[in-house]
This record gives sequence, C-alpha cells and structure tokens, in this order.
Amino acid sequence: MESLGIVNYWIVIALMMIGLYIVISANNLIKKIIGLNIFQSSVFILYISIGKVGGGTAPILLKEPTVYSNPLPHVLILTAIVVGVATTALGLALIVRIRSAFGTIDDQDVQQDIERN
Amino acid sequence: MNAIELVVNFTLLGFLLVTALHISQTNRLFRAVMLFGIYSLLTASLFVSLDAVDVAFTEAAVGTCIATILMLSALSLTGSRKEVRYRRKNAAFAVCVSIALGVALAIGIMDMPQFADPNAPANLHVAPYYLQDSYSEIGIPNVVTSVLASYRGYDTLGEVVVIFTAGIGVIALLTGRSSKPKD
Repeated sequence: MESLGIVNYWIVIALMMIGLYIVISANNLIKKIIGLNIFQSSVFILYISIGKVGGGTAPILLKEPTVYSNPLPHVLILTAIVVGVATTALGLALIVRIRSAFGTIDDQDVQQDIERN
Repeated sequence: MNAIELVVNFTLLGFLLVTALHISQTNRLFRAVMLFGIYSLLTASLFVSLDAVDVAFTEAAVGTCIATILMLSALSLTGSRKEVRYRRKNAAFAVCVSIALGVALAIGIMDMPQFADPNAPANLHVAPYYLQDSYSEIGIPNVVTSVLASYRGYDTLGEVVVIFTAGIGVIALLTGRSSKPKD
C-alpha cells in the first residue's frame, strides 16, 4: 500500500508529456487539439487523485457516519471539463476558418503560404 | 482503500497510457479522434473508481460525446482525409521539451503526500467543513452540488460567462464572411 505511494502522479506526468509531445510534433492542427485535450485531462486526473481518501466513498451524504472523498477537487474539475470543451470548440472553429482561408490545416503549409504572400 | 480498487485504478491508468501513446503514434486523423473518445471514456471510468461520480458523469457526457462529435464535425468540415505528416526535426525538439517538462514535474511531485492519504493537507482544509455543515446550511445531500451552486456559485457564474464567450466566438468564426482558398 505505502509502496504504491505516488504512482498515480507518475502516470499523470507521463500523460502530460505525451500530450505536450503531440502538441509540438504534430503538423496537423486537429491532431494538436487532441494533444491539448490529453494534456488537459492529465491535469484533471491529478486533481481527482489528490481528492481521493482511502476507504472513502463518493461525497453524497448518508444517514450513518461514513468516510467521504474530498468534494472540492471534484467541483473545480467539473468546471474545468466544461470550460475545456468550450475552448476545444473555439479551437476547432478556428481550424475550420483557417482551412477556408488557406485550403490546408497543416501548420507548416499555412506558414509557407503566409511567407509567400 | 482495498486491493480491488487499486487494481482497477492501475489497470485504467495503464489503458490510458497505452491509448495516449497510440494517439501520439498514429498518423490517421480519424483513428486519432476515435482513440480520443476511448481515452475520455477511460478517464470517466477512472473518475468513478476515484469516487468522483459527478465528474465522471460530466466527462462521459461532455468529454466523450460532445468533444468527439465536435472533432468529427471539424474533420468533415475541413475534409481531412489525408494522413498527418511528421517532420523529424520537429519531433526531436518535441521530445526534448516534453522530457524537460517531465523532469521538472518529477522534482515537483517528490514531496506530494501519499495517494489516498486522509491526512493530506488538501483533505484537511475546507473539505471537512463542507462535509459536516453543507447539509444543515444548504439542504442538498450531494456535497458537490451544494459547493458548485452555492459556496462557489460565483465560480460557476464565471464558467457560464466563459462558455457564453466561447459560443459567441464559434458563431462569429463560422458564420462570418469566408474568403476563398488562395491559389
């Protein structure tokens, strides 16, 4: 039990690294948005892992005394998920607009197009 | 927390890692979007096992369904049937930056409290107050709801403002005058 310690946080770091790698390395803008979402949900997993209490249950009050997990990270992440999807929608709308202006969604092609003109 | 919970937790985290790695390696956009849907669903399952049922609902509804549908619509609107191209120089730079991020974060988590520790500072601050007093003050058994809608109601109002702004932005971008592709 003790030895399992902070494995959750190590995996969060790995997911965050993968997300950042996709954001930087992908040339396709939609792939970049997917990477951004992976990065984002690794932060969600970090917060929810912090709020977990051993032997606890979901923070919905019962009659008998019970151990509950911490409700505060849940509230924060609930807000963050919805905001995250709103920003994803805005990013995808920008991509659609870029496609109609440049005819491509590859960032280096867009860059070359801008430099040529 | 008992053994079966830990097994579920680590299995789901392992699946998440595999899915994320696969997304980073695939060069087909449709496949990446579908894998992202699976990734979100795995995240939602992980939230259930970590007792965050409200978050799991939101992630399953918003993260899995709406985000995947948005990405599929973007794929069809941009007509992206082509494969994603990678350039070596870019990838090497990306590996360097993400390793730097990983090292910095690894130093940061060294003194984190143990996973599921009831005496971790995060669980001792304001959370016991919410758990003990929210029912007598608000009268809703679900503590997450009473914190979201009452104690942190202004946060939620701010969230609604952000979503409204994003909605205006999307409408403005998609219905504005569109210029023809240059050739």
